[in-house]
Amino acid sequence: MTLTRPGPRTASPTTSPAPATAPAPDGKRRGFLPFSGWHLLLAPLALLFAIPLVWLLLSSVMSDAEINRFPPALWPSGIDLGGYRYVLGNALFPRWFTNSLIVSAVAVTTNLLFGALGGYAFARMRFAGSKALLVLMLATMAVPFQLTMIPTFMVMKRLGLIDTLGALVLPSLVTPFAVFLLRQFFLSLPRELEEAAWLDGCSRMRVLFTIVLPLSRPALSTVAVLTFLTTWNDLTWPLIAINHDTHYTLQLGLTTFQGQHHTRWSAVMAGNVLTVLPVLLAFLGAQKSFIRSLTSTGLKG
Amino acid sequence: MPHHPAPLTVAGPPAGRPPDGDRRAAPPKSPSRGPRARRRRETATAWGFVAPAVVVILGLSVLPVIWSLLLSFQANDLVTPSRWVGLDNYRALAADPHFAQAVRNTLLYTVLYVPLSLVGGLGLALALNRRIRLVGLYRTLIFVPFVVSATAQGVLFSFILDPEFGAANSLLTRLGLTPQGFLTDPAQALPVLVAVTLWSGVGFCVVVYLAALQDVPQSLIEAARLDGAGRRHILRHVTLPALTPVTVFLVLWQIIESLQVFDLVYVTTKGGPLGSTTVIVYFIWEQAFKSFTAGYGAAAAYVLALALGVTGLAMRLVRGRAGRKPGSTRRSRTARRTGAPPPHTPGRPATAAGTEGAAR
Repeated sequence: MTLTRPGPRTASPTTSPAPATAPAPDGKRRGFLPFSGWHLLLAPLALLFAIPLVWLLLSSVMSDAEINRFPPALWPSGIDLGGYRYVLGNALFPRWFTNSLIVSAVAVTTNLLFGALGGYAFARMRFAGSKALLVLMLATMAVPFQLTMIPTFMVMKRLGLIDTLGALVLPSLVTPFAVFLLRQFFLSLPRELEEAAWLDGCSRMRVLFTIVLPLSRPALSTVAVLTFLTTWNDLTWPLIAINHDTHYTLQLGLTTFQGQHHTRWSAVMAGNVLTVLPVLLAFLGAQKSFIRSLTSTGLKG
Repeated sequence: MPHHPAPLTVAGPPAGRPPDGDRRAAPPKSPSRGPRARRRRETATAWGFVAPAVVVILGLSVLPVIWSLLLSFQANDLVTPSRWVGLDNYRALAADPHFAQAVRNTLLYTVLYVPLSLVGGLGLALALNRRIRLVGLYRTLIFVPFVVSATAQGVLFSFILDPEFGAANSLLTRLGLTPQGFLTDPAQALPVLVAVTLWSGVGFCVVVYLAALQDVPQSLIEAARLDGAGRRHILRHVTLPALTPVTVFLVLWQIIESLQVFDLVYVTTKGGPLGSTTVIVYFIWEQAFKSFTAGYGAAAAYVLALALGVTGLAMRLVRGRAGRKPGSTRRSRTARRTGAPPPHTPGRPATAAGTEGAAR
């Protein structure tokens, strides 16, 4: 162990770390393989994580005959779109997709809007009760959903919203997370930019919308992506709040669809692909900012 | 507005500014009313800004927390008016074998999932933390399952693990092994659910650890290497201590996640077979929305919330101590060392005593 890399140690008394001239940075052995030995470990591991999703895609284009024989086929003999045709022809599935889209779109929009307004007030305005309110807001971030779901159901029932999309939209209008995250971001912006506009007589609202928000795109995209992910993927609350199948979201619809069509696996998997695809595309499209947001919120939490 | 500092920071000849600044800084016409009125206006605007958030958060978080507490002392069927029963719900919970089973299952799930996801996440992050070709692709593939909803995971894996039509058993038969029951086997169902969650959840630990690894100061690693520390020593004495705060955070996060597991159970096993996968949240949901004993469900929810609160508090304490003790002392020691580079003493072991001696 102590014998590793005696060369660079004596050769570089300066503090320059890992110079490019070092023969084997990272301590990997050269010449043994035409590529780094780490590939031998990482490639199979990555494949292991990919296989279930590959299998999802493959089985969605298999015929039910292929799936239902024993032992079932592991590779489709040809592309059979029967599953997709069944799912899209089933009147309810497109409906569920639309419902999910509506709920997610509303949640993303309102979280951005109300999160920005609230976050800006907490970041830049000093007002009576602001400190207490901020503490309260932070405290509610720690409240588990299971604690509030029963009374929330009762509130929604009194409002006459149970079994409507309103019941799904209302609790996700704005989260303390969105307010807090945007507040933190606004605090990191230099005040001088706003002050100039301020002194020219702009209102708070105008300063926020014309100066602050255009500078806050990273934080706004974080809120948008995470809000979309949580509302699109949620199952618990729709399960509680919705009874009638025309108001199902995609997640809720998919579980019941699976229960009712136990032998039509190709259709179930086609529906599953359609459920996963939007978040997958959103993730691949915004991968960098997505991961940055996860780690930054994670490390601070 | 009054709290804004005068724009001293604005450099250069402020052509149009002084009048504005004067107007702001000197409200002599109404010395007592001016700033106060402005402050009142500011408060009104601010409350307007936070109003939507406050309404939603008060109405759907603070109010339900209190309501839930009251409910837990009542018998309520979600339809007829509720009846006050004092501590009966909690007493019944303590005696309920189904609740005891749910607690046991949840704890087993947590005990399996949390360490495995952390060790797996750390191992993968260490392996992925290098500049080789395709590493971006590997990272993406390992992380992608994280965005797949628990519902989609549940539907997908109940297909793959279906005892008759599933690919898993098909593969096992082809390899000449005995087919398994997986989610239909009471002895296997819970560990199988843990494995499914690991598939989707490890990516989160990997991403957080990878970010933390970027933050380990390169100078520390270099200093340790100069002192002759091998890779294993660097990992044990430099990298891992530097990761301690992140590890504590992840432990907390993963415990909270696993105590709240529900969607996957609902989609795959519905608590079965033989109650072997009934977890606490599934129990709460069943009591409140299937058996319509909302008060009883609320009491169980409060027990869960208490457990979550205690976890959070305990971790906060541990983190406070971990932040001060092993990680930071070692860091300062090494920092001291890098601050004053040791004279060339090759072959000196990188023990704490050795470096301290050298630093003095």
